[in-house]
Amino acid sequence: MRKDHLQTAKKGLDSVSRRDFLKFCTVMAAGLGLPLSAGSDIAEAVTSPARPPVIWLSGQECTGCTESLLRPTHLTLEHLILDLISLDYHETLNVGAGHQAEAFKDESIEQNAGKFVLVLEGAIPTRDGGIYCRIGGRNYLDIVKETADKAAAIIAIGSCASWGGLVASEPNPTGAKGAPQVLTDKTVVSIPGCPPNAYNFVSTVAYFLTYQKLPEIDDLGRPKFAYSRLIHEHCERRPHFDAGRFAEEFGDHGHQQGYCLYKLGCKGPVTYNNCSMKGYNDVGTWPVNTGHPCFGCSEENVGFTIPKYVQADPGKESLITPSATPADIRYERGGKLSAGAAAVLGGAVGVAVGGAAVAAAKSGKSQDS
Amino acid sequence: MSIQRRDFLKAALGGSLAAAASARPGLAASQGRDLPPEALGILYDSNLCIGCQACMTACKQANDMPVEFSGQQTTWDNPLDLSAKTLNIIKMYDGGDTPAFVKRQCLHCLEPGCVSACPVSALEKDPKTGIVTYDKKACIGCRYCQVACPYNVPKFEWDNPFPQIRKCELCNHLLAEERYAACCEACPTGASLFGPVKELRQEAERRLNMEPGQYHEFPVNHISTGKTQTHKAEAYVPKIYGADELGGTQVMLLSGVDFNKLGLPEVRDKSYVSDLEGLSSKLYSYMLLPAAVFGGLLYVAKRHGDHE
Amino acid sequence: MSEARPLGGRVFTIPFAFGVLVILIALFYLFKRFTLGLGPVTGMNDGYPWGLWIAYDVNVGTAFACGGYAMAILIYVFNKGEFSPLLKPAILTSMFGYILGGVSVFIDIGRYWQMHNVFLPWHANIHSALLEVALCIAAYCLILLIEFSPVVLQHFHIKDLQKKLNRVLFIFVALGILLPTMHQSSLGSLMILAGSKLSPLWWTNLLPLLFLIAALLLGYAVVIFETSLSGIAYQNFEEIRLIKKLSNLVPWILIVFLILRFFSVALQGALGAMFAGDLAGNIFLLENILLIAALVFFFQAKNRDKHSRLIWAAFCLILGAGLYRFNAYITGYDPGNGWHYFPTFGEAMVTLGIVAIEVLGYLWIVKRFPVLALPRKKGAE
Repeated sequence: MRKDHLQTAKKGLDSVSRRDFLKFCTVMAAGLGLPLSAGSDIAEAVTSPARPPVIWLSGQECTGCTESLLRPTHLTLEHLILDLISLDYHETLNVGAGHQAEAFKDESIEQNAGKFVLVLEGAIPTRDGGIYCRIGGRNYLDIVKETADKAAAIIAIGSCASWGGLVASEPNPTGAKGAPQVLTDKTVVSIPGCPPNAYNFVSTVAYFLTYQKLPEIDDLGRPKFAYSRLIHEHCERRPHFDAGRFAEEFGDHGHQQGYCLYKLGCKGPVTYNNCSMKGYNDVGTWPVNTGHPCFGCSEENVGFTIPKYVQADPGKESLITPSATPADIRYERGGKLSAGAAAVLGGAVGVAVGGAAVAAAKSGKSQDS
Repeated sequence: MSIQRRDFLKAALGGSLAAAASARPGLAASQGRDLPPEALGILYDSNLCIGCQACMTACKQANDMPVEFSGQQTTWDNPLDLSAKTLNIIKMYDGGDTPAFVKRQCLHCLEPGCVSACPVSALEKDPKTGIVTYDKKACIGCRYCQVACPYNVPKFEWDNPFPQIRKCELCNHLLAEERYAACCEACPTGASLFGPVKELRQEAERRLNMEPGQYHEFPVNHISTGKTQTHKAEAYVPKIYGADELGGTQVMLLSGVDFNKLGLPEVRDKSYVSDLEGLSSKLYSYMLLPAAVFGGLLYVAKRHGDHE
Repeated sequence: MSEARPLGGRVFTIPFAFGVLVILIALFYLFKRFTLGLGPVTGMNDGYPWGLWIAYDVNVGTAFACGGYAMAILIYVFNKGEFSPLLKPAILTSMFGYILGGVSVFIDIGRYWQMHNVFLPWHANIHSALLEVALCIAAYCLILLIEFSPVVLQHFHIKDLQKKLNRVLFIFVALGILLPTMHQSSLGSLMILAGSKLSPLWWTNLLPLLFLIAALLLGYAVVIFETSLSGIAYQNFEEIRLIKKLSNLVPWILIVFLILRFFSVALQGALGAMFAGDLAGNIFLLENILLIAALVFFFQAKNRDKHSRLIWAAFCLILGAGLYRFNAYITGYDPGNGWHYFPTFGEAMVTLGIVAIEVLGYLWIVKRFPVLALPRKKGAE
């Protein structure tokens, strides 16, 4: 049974060998922070013919997140949408359009109520009842709320869907909000980034397929496997930071030497993401790698808020991870009690006391005599 | 006052000593809290510090200091406090909501206890820049400077049979090369800011008056270069540490956390140097008292001297 | 009547050999100190830059050695010539105490090969209390040698020089009173700069005065104690009579000291700190209990004319006043930030070795030179 599925998958993947495929699944398990044995579970899950339906809604967005999803070759978009999931509705990838597509979506939602995965891309305008984004004659805000009620899981992809992103930046004329802020009564897994790394999305989906539940998330709804550490903590330029070697301006000596980009406004120290560990587009690159400071695209109140080339604030809300062996304000040292010294000094005082006692006693006698 | 003390030594040691001693500039009692004419210093702002320790690395390079290992590892430099190998250290306070950092180094007091203490003028305060310098050729290693420093700054090479005292000299040796304190040159955020003390004090006042949460321009590296960076201002403890402490210091600190939590002692405004030198100037005023006592003693010893 | 003459007897006894052993151990650690540095041998550190060697050997040791100074004041300033038999042994103790204090300084300072800088005018810092201490102690060591030299001259029958010296001795006597007054008070002034690092139970601007009085008290106490011991050992009742008379004076100085002491603590608003239950508070209580005990013993000794009480009185005073000076340097001193100090075995052995040199030297000299005032020999009468 399982073998058959793998064979089917192999056909679908065409040039990808079984070994490569299992390898991919194992790597994905590692990326999710799962034991290596989970690799075969994932392989089984992603080759299962029971593909979960996915409804992908687009609000105030630029399709960058979808574009990002096109880039990886492990796994390919076609494998994702043809073999892994049943992508029943996606405005960019739909074959049909207009009323036909809307009707298919409604049908799918009815049929798969409580089973489908809802993916949200783009922010949700809320001002004036949400009239600033309408699809098929209906407010996007209402569509999202309605669909979310019937979804088995909700994933917000990209910074816009996660917390408003670019469209929610000041002055935010449409009152754009992220999905977690609109769907306050529901659990929303957010994959922020502009665009997010496709692997973080795919891994989340694969986890859901394998275990029928969502991965562990932090209080902002981000999967912990990808967003629990600061970019700065694993940055390849970190040694330069520690040594105090900084690029002062673009193109200068330090910049050419690959020094730390902190002074150029790098937000790596205040941004939680795994870019420095899992690069983009299969070649593993990311902005800092190419010589541009991180601008904190995935971090609320950093990306699209603090100007690009303004230095990250050490601030109280987020702080560069201190040294593993910080110099504490106070630490105890010295004064090791030496038994030998105590004995010697105590002995000396003792001898003196004894001497005084003997003398006093003798003096008493000599007085008597 | 220096004249009075000079007379004291004239009696004790003879005139030659006094002639040399008179060339030395007077200290606290004569200068009070007046800044030296071209006083240089550092303004350290804990709110801007990110704890990157670039200043520590730069300090070690600029002063040719060895690495210091703490604990088991012998791979990287990780001092835990100022020492004879570490003249500048970023320490971390971990007791609040978020960690806060503090930079410890010589504060270059206006009335330095170490300079007053040193019997052989190995430690001296530069009359122009106010930098407290050390001369190992004069030093006898008595370590009274360590006792006299309220901030525990001068450090001694305990493991060296031919030791010396080590302390921050504000990169005095770089000034001639048109450079300045290496820690400030290296600081990426402007947390350590070099410059004339007068301007630094104004800058500190400006920061204390900033509205928290608003973005402001902060000078970086050297206050006179005009280079700035934009930072969000954080709330400050309304105090400049080093403005009044024991007569004031040339290295000053700003912080969002209580200074005593950062390990900086709460001290009074009047320096202990002025206590001591005020006292000795009374006792040894024009050497009158000791001379009179000596005269009296000569008389009584001569008169009562035949007890043998 | 009594006269000063050598005690005689064997010098190299079993206790003497024990002392030599202690000195040899001390020398071993001194060898380590000069080859490896201060760190590996002592417990001193950057928080406690001064340890046992300065706080005890120099600070307390020279105060123990103030017997000569204290007796000279009594004899020459207050013209109490009757006490002059006590002067020579006191000066001998002082000489050992001071010279070995100087040696301790040499051992303790890091850059000893540049010690002469203290005497070079172009290095002098006229604001430094330590310079005054260093110069005064060095000068006083010379004075003590000169003051003691009549004994040596007498021993070797160099009458000529003895006469010449006697004519100018009063100058050295005067200096021998002036110099300790200056440096014993300055030893207290030193700790004024420790400021906030010294507990308010000890820190006060009166430190120099208190240190001076403590030195005087220690001087008298050591003379009383030492004379008691030798008086009992050699059945010298003449000397015991003298120290009983001397002990009439001491409690009054002690009362002045205690009043000033508590006044200064009150001035710092730190009277409550003595009951804080911490090391500083407890050691303050111990120090003052010893001093008050000494006071009580002194008054008892006076009223009942009890020699044994006098010995206890002097002993409590030595411990109490010595502790006062020690605490002002070490126990009451807290540099903060987690620094601690406790002497190492080697450090303690060096201090013990120095004490051993003093004791052995004293024994050798009183047995061979005319120091102690002993009853006239029967045959000579």
